[in-house]
Amino acid sequence: MAYVAVKGGERAIDNAHAWLHEERRGDPDTPAISVRQIENQLGRAVDRAMGEGSLYDRELSALAVKQAQGDLIEAAFLLRAYRTTLPRFAYSVPIETGAMRVERRVSAIFKDLPGGQVLGPTYDYTHRLLDFSLLEDTPAPPRAVPRGDEHHAMRRGDEHHAMRRVPDILGQEGLLEADGGADGEPVDLTREPLRFPADRDARLQALARGDEGFLLGLGYSTQRGYGGTHPFAGEIRMGEVSVEIEPAELGFAIDIGDIVVTECQMVNQFKGSKTVPPQFTRGYGLVFGFAERKAMSMALVDRAMRAQELGEDVTAPAQNVEFVLYHSDNIEATGFVEHLKLPHYVDFQSELQNVRRMRAAPQADSDMAEAAE
Amino acid sequence: MKGYNFAYLDEQTKRMIRRGLLKAVAIPGHQVPFGSREMPLPYGWGTGGIQVTASILGADDVLKVIDQGADDTTNAVSIRRFFAKTAGVRTTTETAEATVIQTRHRIPERRLRADQIIVYQVPQPEPLFRLEPSRVETRRMHGLADYGLMHVKLYEDIARFGQISISYDYPVMVNERYLMSPSPIPAFDNPKMDMMPALQLFGAGREKRIYAIPPWTRVRSLDFQDHPFRPINAPHACGLCGATDSYLDEVVTDDRGGRLFVCSDTDHCATRRAEGHVGADGFKEAAE
Repeated sequence: MAYVAVKGGERAIDNAHAWLHEERRGDPDTPAISVRQIENQLGRAVDRAMGEGSLYDRELSALAVKQAQGDLIEAAFLLRAYRTTLPRFAYSVPIETGAMRVERRVSAIFKDLPGGQVLGPTYDYTHRLLDFSLLEDTPAPPRAVPRGDEHHAMRRGDEHHAMRRVPDILGQEGLLEADGGADGEPVDLTREPLRFPADRDARLQALARGDEGFLLGLGYSTQRGYGGTHPFAGEIRMGEVSVEIEPAELGFAIDIGDIVVTECQMVNQFKGSKTVPPQFTRGYGLVFGFAERKAMSMALVDRAMRAQELGEDVTAPAQNVEFVLYHSDNIEATGFVEHLKLPHYVDFQSELQNVRRMRAAPQADSDMAEAAE
Repeated sequence: MKGYNFAYLDEQTKRMIRRGLLKAVAIPGHQVPFGSREMPLPYGWGTGGIQVTASILGADDVLKVIDQGADDTTNAVSIRRFFAKTAGVRTTTETAEATVIQTRHRIPERRLRADQIIVYQVPQPEPLFRLEPSRVETRRMHGLADYGLMHVKLYEDIARFGQISISYDYPVMVNERYLMSPSPIPAFDNPKMDMMPALQLFGAGREKRIYAIPPWTRVRSLDFQDHPFRPINAPHACGLCGATDSYLDEVVTDDRGGRLFVCSDTDHCATRRAEGHVGADGFKEAAE
């Protein structure tokens, strides 16, 4: 009897999950991939899940990537659902990216500058040719080429001197707007709902957690004329920074560990207004791990969302704060898009009856008209 | 469950949600923003309802979870298991036995009592969102009770189709003050909300809103004097229990247009059949 088909069933769910488990493992004749391997060899995937999951823990992120079979949105979701259960000990003091132990630092606006251009471990200038030698399981590779030559002075563990950030250099002349001052505690979107008008702290937090693809598309749209911001990549830097907290009972900051972040400072044209002389404005991006594409996109969208504040016309999607912030979170988005596969037959049934009734109404009208003739 | 608090959420979060619920009860139909947490189930799959249920659940409660009126749909099974695991509460499929009922898309046919609470899962708490996507704007409209936009939409429906074309998530006025989304229940269920003895709570996790209808509150489906509200249902009796006053699901039985209409409320149908009611297709099933 067809009615049986209506019944969902606990067994079906259990079986589906058992199947999933089996599929995740793959062919049991191949060795299982270890979390450590993922952490070491799929670093960009681990970084992305960490950023969008907004939890800095490379091992757990690698675990999430493994558990999610490499589905990075699913991995970020796993991290988020775990993160939300963690107690909150303290808020850190702002990290000092000026004191970063830089692994990569490039500026597109100065040919050379104090500290130099540091390419670091980049895909830039690689030729995208499949490297068939990677098909083989290779033994441990030789150490990377020493990078001690010319202006690539940086190497992990080297005694480093703090590299000044490019916007700080530019700011000396007053040509670049000052960094926005922090007034009071920043908003925390993981504790409080988004409210409008959303200040820049809330916007930046949402962007830092936002979906890389969504931000990339929006950032790209500003370059193609939908809310142009005339950006220059003032500086992109990636490396380790110290995280410090200042417990009230101590009265001074203590170092609780290091994290790798990518920071992007976009420098954008601004024609000035009656009260403000022409100067460059900023778009800011900061992401966990090595996530340059995301940091750059974030900086473009951050600047685009400042349109209203700077007296520019708000016409494009990237400038619409409500539009951007309500749709940038891929955990929210994926949940709601995918909920469409849940049963909707009660609603669909009411729509069916509704359409039948609406189709019947004009029919009845014309029947009546015919009968009257 | 080891490593987790009773009903998953920590007590601070529950307290925050309960404060939101109290405010929501005090202002019937008003959407209260709350710090919705990431749950181990996806947004859009009942996280709002789950958080509300988790916040009100006590060890003695008996929980019923339905989706599309049924206790055995996959997502209802999943949510019921979640609470059985994290809170260890007793669960039931019987409407009469439950103290808390979490639902998606239906209100049980059996009239709820004053000692019961119904928790609705809400995908989109803003009733005006199809007409005005900006929540800044709609908040202003609610503040001013400026609902002209919705009345114009209903009027345009009548002008174009001769009737109001909304069949589910049919907007209601709560206590003659706030326009409210009843969640995507069929319009058939709307009248049950009016003067309901049970407390009605609504949770929208992704949109981070909570709202409520206190017991014995007027809930009016929007309409016009010359076009009164008409709930829709299939013009059939339940094939299994013969009920003519319950909301019906349409089940496709073959590829030649065969249809079976059955109660969407599985507990209602099972109870009636246990009482000896038999529908036209019920004999067939028994014979097979």
